[in-house]
Amino acid sequence: MENFKTLIIILMSSVLVNNYVLSRFLGICPFLGVSKKLNQAVGMGISVIFVMLLASAVTWPIQYYILDTLGLGYMQNLLFILIIASLVQFVEIVLKKFIPSLHKSLGVYLPLITTNCAVLGVTINNINDKYTFTESMVSSLGCGLGFLLAMVLFSGIRSKIEESEIPQSFRGLPVTLIAASFVSLAFFGFGSIVENLIGG
Amino acid sequence: MEILLAFLIVFAIGLILAVILTLAAHFMRVEENELVKNVRCALPGVNCGACGYAGCDEYAKAVAENGENTNLCIPGSDCVAKEIAKIMGTEYKDVKELVAFVNCNGNCDATTSKAHYDGQMTCRAANLVYGGPGKCRFGCLGCGDCVRACPTGAIYLNNGIAHVNPDICIGCGLCVSDCPKNIISLVPQTAKVWVMCSSQDRGAVALKNCKNACIGCKKCENACPSGAIKVENNLARIDYDLCTACGICVDVCPTKCIHRI
Repeated sequence: MENFKTLIIILMSSVLVNNYVLSRFLGICPFLGVSKKLNQAVGMGISVIFVMLLASAVTWPIQYYILDTLGLGYMQNLLFILIIASLVQFVEIVLKKFIPSLHKSLGVYLPLITTNCAVLGVTINNINDKYTFTESMVSSLGCGLGFLLAMVLFSGIRSKIEESEIPQSFRGLPVTLIAASFVSLAFFGFGSIVENLIGG
Repeated sequence: MEILLAFLIVFAIGLILAVILTLAAHFMRVEENELVKNVRCALPGVNCGACGYAGCDEYAKAVAENGENTNLCIPGSDCVAKEIAKIMGTEYKDVKELVAFVNCNGNCDATTSKAHYDGQMTCRAANLVYGGPGKCRFGCLGCGDCVRACPTGAIYLNNGIAHVNPDICIGCGLCVSDCPKNIISLVPQTAKVWVMCSSQDRGAVALKNCKNACIGCKKCENACPSGAIKVENNLARIDYDLCTACGICVDVCPTKCIHRI
């Protein structure tokens, strides 16, 4: 039971409190780039969840069984990038062959994620936080969901922005960045809520 | 010694991944239909949707796999149709080139506003406020939604109404769907005579609102030797399959709302 509670806390806090985009400022590039339309935002979000889960599942054993046993912890960044990039490529090939419909719906987003810092961030933070394998999977799921949440929220805000009259000098990217900072500020409100709600 | 170990580990993992990827790429290659690829290459790639498919990729697939007609690409017109017919080995069919045409001549000299509109300057927004500021509820609003929709820059605003430059227009029809008044139509490129009005008001009302309006008097309908003009809902319409571009209707029209090159 205690274990289950920890998992829930990890999940909720990685979705809301430590949201990768809005609190840790990782993965800002797709956040600003692909959030113009809702369906694109959802597509990207789901692809990120998928890749984050997969990447954590592969990098966790590599860290503990290969790098740590050989005392090569410092090679973490380099190897994780290498592994994530090849993994995404491999998944793309497999999907294209066996599940063409899923490949089509994930479409251009899969290769885009190859070098996404949020994915690398999740895998490295899982190691830094000394999560067990289950915990790190839950945390990746939470981070992916948080990314999806941020994308969906922000695509709604952006469609509102596009309808409104904005001063000339703020049009385009400036107003998008300002809006992003407001959403980020709003997410700071979640700090410590989760522990108090569940942890008690 | 330690650096050698690190080097070896990274090298080994990199090598394993490279081998896996190469093998995967080799054994799980998806055979892409050559025909689809070739047809897709022949298409212009503007993804306008004039053919009725979601984009050039979809159309190429339909042509190659389901035997769709080869003459549906309007922007590409004859040369693309020839190319596709050659790839598919079927007989070349002529493309009916279309151009967009704005069925309104309610410029600032002919009509005035019934109210001052001070909102967002898009046709869509203006149309929401009692059908726009113009006196004629059918006419062009002149805010240029079609200008912004046009991928080739063929539409321009002049004296309060939109005009299409038929030389640049590719006939994709994006402006047709963006016009909130539905006054842009696709006509055959060979058309020489147009009714420049969309008003379905009764003659007296239409004329009061705009000097260039079609009043539905049926003079053109009676004068047309080939029976190509019909007046429906107080508005003359030309059937371009029958029109011979003789120009008699242009001469008899009392309000000069039928135009000819």
